[in-house]
Amino acid sequence: MSVIIEVIRKLFTHEGGSKEIAKERLKLVLIHDRTSISSEIIDLIREEIIQVISKHLEIDRNGVEFSLEGEENSVALVANIPIKGLKRHKKKS
Amino acid sequence: MGKVIVITSGKGGVGKTTAVANIGTALAFMEQKVVLIDADIGLRNLDVVLGLENRIVYDIVDVVEGRAKLKQALIRDKRFPSLYLLPAAQTRDKEAVSPEDMVKLCNTLKEEFDFIIIDSPAGIERGFKNAVTPADIAIVVTTPEVSAVRDADRVIGLLEAMEKSESKLIINRVRSKLVDRGDMLSVEDVLEILSIDLLGVIPEDEHIIISTNRGEPIVSNNSSPAGKSFMNIAKRILGEDVPMNMYTEKEDLFTRFKRFLKWR
Repeated sequence: MSVIIEVIRKLFTHEGGSKEIAKERLKLVLIHDRTSISSEIIDLIREEIIQVISKHLEIDRNGVEFSLEGEENSVALVANIPIKGLKRHKKKS
Repeated sequence: MGKVIVITSGKGGVGKTTAVANIGTALAFMEQKVVLIDADIGLRNLDVVLGLENRIVYDIVDVVEGRAKLKQALIRDKRFPSLYLLPAAQTRDKEAVSPEDMVKLCNTLKEEFDFIIIDSPAGIERGFKNAVTPADIAIVVTTPEVSAVRDADRVIGLLEAMEKSESKLIINRVRSKLVDRGDMLSVEDVLEILSIDLLGVIPEDEHIIISTNRGEPIVSNNSSPAGKSFMNIAKRILGEDVPMNMYTEKEDLFTRFKRFLKWR
């Protein structure tokens, strides 16, 4: 029965659905817009992460890559930090 | 002390000026003392939407530059005695006024008026900063379109950065038939994307075009759905709890059929 109603409904309604396309496009473009606004914040995060990591590891500061990447409905912070070596911690007495 | 409200959008042509004119008129209708400021220097429009274009003597730049007193530049709307307009200058640009000038101006007006409503120009440059800086409350206007929602998102971000914590959204020109068949973003869709409090929804309404042609505010027309929505927005601004019409009720086949019969 519900199938028949659905068929009749489809006959009556003009099946558009372009709003789903609009919504998807908007979401994607906003991921980009929102992250590009906060480039100062990314720089700040980069500095702080480098500080924390370099406490324990020797890293190549010039080779550090940082970016925000939008994937479908989520944003990922991608960091590429080349490690030169391990720092030897002095044992506390 | 009065409240300063800015109406802004980012994108042009979404209905800021119409919203300012009608919310202002509705508030004046409810016995509030209201002044509307056109901050779109160089491209003034609020005067023609209100039908007051023939009564301008002095404008906001004259006041800021000391050629006229504030009282001289204010135009009183004869149809709504507690409604006033401070017009923009048409022959100058946005740089003629600074955000500090606007703050000073609004502080003076606050002492005499219940509401100061600023019509922001489109864009996010100087004119936007002039309009937003003195505001206590920001109202963002958008339409259910990709470009308008995108610009609204940018503006909401800028308002946050300017520490305007009280921002509210008006969704204008909603066409329920298109929403119904899935060809227009619904109120819920827009809210999900922008995550901001909703102040009101205005349906697409041809009465707006007619009333703008005549230079009469739509809220004086009882048969206009958009006019009613603007009236409800004014009530909400005054703290009244008015139920929200979302214009998105999905009609089932039965109601569709009933409506079909009624039309015949």
